[in-house]
Parts: sequence; structure tokens; C-alpha cells
Amino acid sequence: MSDDTVTRAQLSEAVYQGVGLSRNESSDLVESVLEEITDALLREEMVKISSFGSFFVRQKGQRIGRNPKTGEEVPILPRRVLVFRPSHVLKGRINEGYEKRSDNGVSREKGVPISGLTDSSS
Amino acid sequence: MTKSQLIQRMAELNPHLYQRDVERIVSTIFDEISEALAQGNRVELRGFGAFSVKQRDARQGRNPRTGESVRVEKKAVPFFKTGKKLREMLNQ
Repeated sequence: MSDDTVTRAQLSEAVYQGVGLSRNESSDLVESVLEEITDALLREEMVKISSFGSFFVRQKGQRIGRNPKTGEEVPILPRRVLVFRPSHVLKGRINEGYEKRSDNGVSREKGVPISGLTDSSS
Repeated sequence: MTKSQLIQRMAELNPHLYQRDVERIVSTIFDEISEALAQGNRVELRGFGAFSVKQRDARQGRNPRTGESVRVEKKAVPFFKTGKKLREMLNQ
């Protein structure tokens, strides 16, 4: 089981392996997909990816915040925030994986077997 | 924008690619992210945002209709934090 953080590089590699384009083009395409999603969100368009989740922009009003260090009150200006709502399919997959790892006595943080299981598969 | 509209848009931008390849490219990206999260790993797309998995402890919940007390098992939930650049772009 790999415990590495997935980045653009891994996504590009998966596209490269799966589609058979050049590495360069694969990484450009990954970037381009992220750009298209970003552009839609900047237009305040909701982005719905079935069995993954949806992204949308929410407008937040002004509120009074507090500097936690000094206790000083500071206004938090109205702003736009991005919200990701995972689909039920994604939530299910994540929770299943989590339960499986818990059953195997594998710690969530590091993926290291606690009970000394010799689990070398994926 | 739905996934199929995203695929459509990508196909328009890349007329040299077969439609089925464009579909595979877009699906691969979301499948890879999902798979990484299912394995408990983090996905960090600098400038866009980061997906991670958060653990929720078991708790005593309540059926909102009946008021009955029920045990909610511990679980893992996906979490997304918007990247700095995208957050700034949203508020320019």
C-alpha cells in the first residue's frame, strides 16, 4: 500500500499509462481539466462530477472575527468560498477502505500494520 | 457543468483526440483521486486544492424524527480544502 500524497504527477502518470499519449501531453491535459473546472467555478457555475461529488461557490456575508492571539475584534469581509460536497459513492468508497484498514489492524495515519500482518498486497 | 459537459469541453479543446480517449482522461483523473482517498491517502493539487480523509469518532446520535438515541459508528469522511491561489482568484 502506498502512503504517498497524490499530486499532479501521479494523475498525469495515470493518464499516460491509461491513454497512451505522451507524458507531456498527459500532464497538459490534467492541467487543462483543472483549469476548466476552475473557470466554471469563477463563473459561479456548479461543477457536478457524477459518483465523485460537486463543487460550488458560496457567498459569505461579513462577520466579526477575533484575533485569537490578541483578542482584538476584526471584521471578516464578505467573500466567496468554494465548497466541495462529496457524492454518496465517494463517501461509501472512502469509508469502506477505512473499515477495511481498521479490520486489518492497519493504522490510519501511516498504513503500517500494528499487529504484524504481512500484507504486501497493494 | 456536469462531467459529460466537461468531457465535451475537453473534446472541443483537443480535436485531435478520440472522444473515448477524452472520456478516459477525465474519468482517470477522478478515479485516481477517489482511489487515493479510499486508501486513506491525501491528494494535493497545488493552486487548486487538497483532498484528504478525516476520521470521525463514534458518537451518540439521535434520530431526528423519533428523538430516539442511536449509536453512530466511527467513520472516515472526505474533506476538501481550497488552494490558496483559487481562494484568491475567487475574491479578486
